[in-house]
Amino acid sequence: MIEALLEQQEPLVEVHDLHVQFGAQKVLRGINLTIPAGQTLVLLGESGCGKTVLMKSIIGLVQPTRGQVIFDHEDLATLAEREINYLRLRYGFVFQNAALFDSMTVGQNVAFPLRQQGRFSDNQVYEMVLSRLSEVGLPDSVVHKKPAELSGGMRKRVGLARALIMNPEMIMYDEPTTGLDPIMSDVINELIIRTRRRNPVTSVVVTHDMNTAKKVADRIVMLMPLPRLGEQESQIIFDGTPEELVNCRDRRVQQFINGEAGERLMELRATGV
Amino acid sequence: MDQVCRWGELVIDSITAVGDFTLFMIRTLRWLLTRLPRGETLWPNFYEVGVKSLPVVALTGTFIGMVLAVQSYFQFRQLGLETRLGGVINMTLVRELGPVLAATMLAGRVGSAMAAELGTMRVTEQIDALSAMGANPVHYLVVPRFLACLFLIPTLTIMADFMGVAGGHFYSVYILEIDIHHYWHNSKIFVSQFDLFVGLFKSIFFGSAIAMVSCYQGFNCTAGAEGVGRASTSAFVHSFVMILIIDLSLGIVLDWVYFLMYPEGVGLL
Repeated sequence: MIEALLEQQEPLVEVHDLHVQFGAQKVLRGINLTIPAGQTLVLLGESGCGKTVLMKSIIGLVQPTRGQVIFDHEDLATLAEREINYLRLRYGFVFQNAALFDSMTVGQNVAFPLRQQGRFSDNQVYEMVLSRLSEVGLPDSVVHKKPAELSGGMRKRVGLARALIMNPEMIMYDEPTTGLDPIMSDVINELIIRTRRRNPVTSVVVTHDMNTAKKVADRIVMLMPLPRLGEQESQIIFDGTPEELVNCRDRRVQQFINGEAGERLMELRATGV
Repeated sequence: MDQVCRWGELVIDSITAVGDFTLFMIRTLRWLLTRLPRGETLWPNFYEVGVKSLPVVALTGTFIGMVLAVQSYFQFRQLGLETRLGGVINMTLVRELGPVLAATMLAGRVGSAMAAELGTMRVTEQIDALSAMGANPVHYLVVPRFLACLFLIPTLTIMADFMGVAGGHFYSVYILEIDIHHYWHNSKIFVSQFDLFVGLFKSIFFGSAIAMVSCYQGFNCTAGAEGVGRASTSAFVHSFVMILIIDLSLGIVLDWVYFLMYPEGVGLL
């Protein structure tokens, strides 16, 4: 099914032999990935495996140590700062803790990308902000509130409204359901699905929540932390559909899906904990 | 051998940090010259640095002037030169203590706050969010703070000087009962326009250094509450060290310039 999708769609993002290292710590090694336009890709894996770093590399927030990231036929490494800033207007990014600006109101936060463009009048901006907030199920009354006055779920929805305001071609969600209760998590999952239904948008979702992965994904890519891999092993241990993931026979994949500690318990015993 | 490795590592880290700081300054200056920030980002920073620092700077200036009067009076009286206090207090104030202590106060009040704010923004991914939305964080966050410090720290120094002069006058004339005519006559003889220029010229560099060091520390903040705390402390300590280095360097250079311009010089005694 994935092969069929790849054949049909023009790739929007291509990652070739990506390596990322922070000081002595290697985070990503030899990642190759192609994301076709319109696909919802879920990056799955345990904490610290490099999912967020891979996603940030795709929009140039993290500089690769080696390798290439191509967005819509443009190699990010060859672009000037101004060109990258312009290119980023085609992305929307929902951060793990929403990353709303504390000093601004909700309305100013959502309007920020529009103000950066400077193409819209105050009335237009206000209308667009209200429309986006209502799409994510927030009332008009939140416009003048500060982010600190909102609950975690509301902050995530404001973050989503801000990411959607420019009608991006690609949306990145960094752990969208982390820290939320199961009901609010499902609301966020539903919003991701509805956003995609409403706009022909390509999505990358970083999560370790299996419910989110099964519900929103067209395709799942699973990463493994480098310290748990041999020198020659690929960091991507699974690439397929949600159905294929459930039926995958790889012990590491099954362990993750079923939430089993497995040999980690042996590690705890070995250290005497 | 381990010791040698550690020293080597320290040297490499120091050189890297200096290079990184230099690149950060170049990026700030490039944005400053290519596109000025919008008023909505500029005015809140001007208000924060200028208006909110005014009371503390005025208070510092007043007390410096009075302390100088207290400390110098007894030595000068023994020599029978107490009427020269005006010259000593006002010259020390406008040339040295006013700018340096005002800058130190501002490094603590403004610099630490900037580092803590930007550090928190770094830790909570707000700086990444700016980049992700096509806004350059240096242009949006650093340039307005740099401009606020560049323009307002010299202005606040004028305020500190003025209040220091007033404080010195109050203590000398009303408490120590020095003759007001001789106090101001000596001040007029010994304090030149060049001394005023020296103090203000130095404060421009102090302001720039506080802004650059504090923003750099905030931008390079490590994760967690400890990282933000460390960035805030480092911002003050590094700004203070920079203020002292700049003070000494500019003091030497400006003295040299003074003696070139006025070869005969002016002595206090």
